[in-house]
Amino acid sequence: MTPVTLLGLCSAALAGLGLYGMVTHPHPLRKILAFNLFGSGVFLLFGVVARRGAAADLGGDPVLQALTITGLVVAFAATALAVALLLRFFDATGTATLAPAADHDADSGNP
Amino acid sequence: MVVLLLVIAVFAITVRSTFAAVIAFAAYGLLVAVAWVRLQAVDVALTEAAIGSGLTGVLLLGAAARLRATDQPPRPERTAPGLRASAAGVSAAVAAALGAAVWFLPEPAPTLAPAAVASIDSTGLGNPVTAVLMAYRAADTLLEKIVLVLAVVGVWSLAPDRAWGGRPGTLYRPDADGVLSFFARVLPPFGVVIGIYLMWTAADHPGGAFPGGTILAAMWVLAMMAGLADAPPVSSVSLRWLVLAGPVVFSAVGFLGMAIADAFLAYPVAFAKPLIVAIEIPMLLSIAVMLGMLLAGVPQRR
Repeated sequence: MTPVTLLGLCSAALAGLGLYGMVTHPHPLRKILAFNLFGSGVFLLFGVVARRGAAADLGGDPVLQALTITGLVVAFAATALAVALLLRFFDATGTATLAPAADHDADSGNP
Repeated sequence: MVVLLLVIAVFAITVRSTFAAVIAFAAYGLLVAVAWVRLQAVDVALTEAAIGSGLTGVLLLGAAARLRATDQPPRPERTAPGLRASAAGVSAAVAAALGAAVWFLPEPAPTLAPAAVASIDSTGLGNPVTAVLMAYRAADTLLEKIVLVLAVVGVWSLAPDRAWGGRPGTLYRPDADGVLSFFARVLPPFGVVIGIYLMWTAADHPGGAFPGGTILAAMWVLAMMAGLADAPPVSSVSLRWLVLAGPVVFSAVGFLGMAIADAFLAYPVAFAKPLIVAIEIPMLLSIAVMLGMLLAGVPQRR
């Protein structure tokens, strides 16, 4: 197994870890963080594929690398918007929980 | 390296304190930047260190500080064990599918590198990644700027009525002898030079308008946090023009391409390099202003 393949398996694990955190964490900020972790795992997968596509005297496929740079920026824009929404929600309600106010229906997901 | 990445990621997901998780995430971002260098993608590494670790870290840290009171909710919210187990199952399945995709990647690997290199000569650029961003796949880069503009508009429109069109964040009282104030006076001259250099050098070496713009934005936010400069009101016309300068010039050059070359965003070979520089300079300004305003957040006061 080459180091690049190992890093590829690692990024697959990171994506799975991020997905798990996104689903299970009750705190919205932790969900945003886990979503970023999920994204970074996917970006690293791109990096692994780009590295394998090394040709024409380049260390990797520049098209995939450029797409990743674009992806990083879009991920940051989405994160900034999500954090702004969360803080505004906190200002408006004084709480940062996504749990419905009434407890009796919390499990079925209905308010 | 792989082990360290996984350990920090597990820590960031499982640790109780939100603060510790955010700091672990920033450290994780720096490690990912090192992984990008190992993958021979120095341009991506610079962007990851600047945006993925730096800006996202600062953004999450600021939010964690604001939300500190909610860190230990009075009635701890627990995720049901059943949901937890099924989430673990689904996540493991996704990770296994991605891992299998890596394991069974086709051999030899498909690549667009020769196609990208073939189009480099017509741009006058020496860095293939910049050539892809500015010429080969310029439409992606233009749309990404528009996503940034939309994010800025979105953040600004979250302002409460009393602060509509106002200034983001709190006004910091400068502490003239404080260490922050010292750094905010000493660092910006260097930061501005380094930021512009990163943009300029990207033509032939790793760099780019994004790492450069991030450093400029960081200098601006540093001055705002030290109380040396107040955040501008978001209704300011000059601020809005600065936000739009990059995308507007980029689209204008794109439409110009329909007239003087043969397609939208095509550059005539003789003027490719000057046109790309003409796009990059306003772009650097717009990126710096947009990232700074995204960090500053929702308008809070007039």
